[in-house]
Amino acid sequence: MSLAITSAISLNPSKRVLPGFALSLGISLLFISLILLLPITGLLLQTAGMSWNEYWSVISDPRVVASYKVTLWAAAWASAFNGVVGLLLAWVLVRYEFPGKRIVDALMDLPFALPTAVAGITLSALFAENGWYGSILAEAGIKVAFTPLGIIVAMSFTSLPFVVRTVQPVLEDLAVEDEEAAISMGGSDLTVFRRVIFPSLWPALLTGIALSFTRSLGEFGAVIFIAGNMPYVSEITSLMIFIRLQEFDYAAASAIASVVLLASLILLFLINIWQAFYLRRIHGR
Amino acid sequence: MSIRVENVSKRFGKFQALEPLSLEIPDGQLVGLLGPSGSGKTTLLRIIAGLESADTGRILFHGDDVTGVHVRDRRVGFVFQHYALFRHMTVAENIAFGLEVMPKGQRPNAKEIKKRVHDLLEMVQLGQLANRYPAQLSGGQKQRVALARALAMQPQVLLLDEPFGALDAKVRKDLRRWLRNLHDELHFTSVFVTHDQEEALELSDQVVVMSAGKIEQVDTPQTLYAQPDSRFVLGFLGHINVLQGDVNQGRLSQGNAWITLNDHPNAKQVECYFRPHEVKLQTQPSPTAHLPLKVSAVSLIGAEVRVELEADGWSSPEPWEVGISHAEYNAWQPMRGDRCYAVPEVGHLFSSDKTEPELIQWSQAQQRPVSTARSSVVSLFASA
Repeated sequence: MSLAITSAISLNPSKRVLPGFALSLGISLLFISLILLLPITGLLLQTAGMSWNEYWSVISDPRVVASYKVTLWAAAWASAFNGVVGLLLAWVLVRYEFPGKRIVDALMDLPFALPTAVAGITLSALFAENGWYGSILAEAGIKVAFTPLGIIVAMSFTSLPFVVRTVQPVLEDLAVEDEEAAISMGGSDLTVFRRVIFPSLWPALLTGIALSFTRSLGEFGAVIFIAGNMPYVSEITSLMIFIRLQEFDYAAASAIASVVLLASLILLFLINIWQAFYLRRIHGR
Repeated sequence: MSIRVENVSKRFGKFQALEPLSLEIPDGQLVGLLGPSGSGKTTLLRIIAGLESADTGRILFHGDDVTGVHVRDRRVGFVFQHYALFRHMTVAENIAFGLEVMPKGQRPNAKEIKKRVHDLLEMVQLGQLANRYPAQLSGGQKQRVALARALAMQPQVLLLDEPFGALDAKVRKDLRRWLRNLHDELHFTSVFVTHDQEEALELSDQVVVMSAGKIEQVDTPQTLYAQPDSRFVLGFLGHINVLQGDVNQGRLSQGNAWITLNDHPNAKQVECYFRPHEVKLQTQPSPTAHLPLKVSAVSLIGAEVRVELEADGWSSPEPWEVGISHAEYNAWQPMRGDRCYAVPEVGHLFSSDKTEPELIQWSQAQQRPVSTARSSVVSLFASA
């Protein structure tokens, strides 16, 4: 009897306890290919028809370069703003109890759920010179709609949930005991935040900011309504891709798109490498 | 630094965590707060530390009222059950934290801090691990780092919340002994919380037994064990054997079991408690006790053999436990199902109207002398 069992095991040494590994992995890989890899390959193939010179002249066109600058700066400001505000929102949602907390928590996802075009129209209506916010800001001499500032507003609106939703779980897991220990040793509130809480939040916060930044780089719907789209001033890179497409210049559109794609990928890789480094220290691996 | 707790109470919503209670902890003592979970011992410790505020009452350190003093100004060292080490800091950085966050005027300079950290690490015997991160340490090492960290700013009192609760038995024993030595060396006042009776009795100068938000008894371990004040304390300190029944004409009986109680008034619902080592096992009942039992299990591990027994012809809420020596065991060789009789030497009698026990001792004259009784036990069992 025992002999039969041992031989059954040795005949099938790699038998897993949980079933369905091969099937589910196969399906996952198929979908990754269909949804991610194939379009990226298509994009790169589009540009393959161009020579290096053509490629370079398309992506280094002064108007396109200006759009890179606008997009990068706006995305940087938007994600920096989201880093601060998102951390604050996550903090309030995790640390305090107040009536309507569940509703506020649900509202956090609204920018994801809302069609970006709707967000764009709403924002441009609000921030136009005769809009609710715009009229007040106009008195202070600040113009938001149809300026690069409007781009920042639209970008930060659509990507805020990234920061909140990445920081929130980490904040929830943070042991209250760590803080109590730090306070009992005489640490001031600021010291405790700076030296105990923040270092634990930092990786998640940076991931949130990076996601917010990469999302902002590609934001189109919300931005074009409020940006004003003045060449060299408030044109974003996505719009340049759109314009090339309207001219049926698919190769040029793909060339510009590949620049955005590359920038996003490099950023994500860098963040991941840094994070692995940091987390290894904390988890002792 | 003595600690005085005056009339402190605490309520969490509808749950009364602490009834108003008072407690005096003399300077330099190591005091254990002992109780089952939910007895309020951790809440009391946190109130002493200032991590929790009391609803009523005052806390005094060395006669000074510190009730309104923030935890960061109370100068208490607090050690948490799960260490609460800062994960992103090395062992040395963790220990230095309390020194580095001191206000500018009092803060020692960098060189001094380095030296203090070094000395503390030597004290907890972890000098070679200064640059490790907490995740790279074992549980016992982590707790020693936490202790060094708590001691770094030379606190007035050291408070420990179930400090050995998360450690395995062997490490726990080592660390316990080590803490006792450290305390004897440095003489700080310390209070620790535990639910482990053995730990409390072994480590403390005084034990505070708590249950349901109240203090049941405060005494030295010796007194606590010899003269427990209440059923709770008696029952909480180790296993206890019980005979429940009615007293009639100087006899407490239930079913076919009885013990003699000289001139005790008739009463209903009386309980007599016997500690495992205050009971002998014989093949014959004695004139003072008739407690038939059946062996249900035998455990050989430890200094003595623990025999678990079932009531035979009467009922007991929990199985009986009696400790016999290995020599007795070897002579008797009890097996499951063997019958025998328990003969108690000392009993703790609780009448339904009183919470304090009455100590009953069966005089040696009524019983066979212990020495001969013991040898006869051996010979009788041997022949049986």
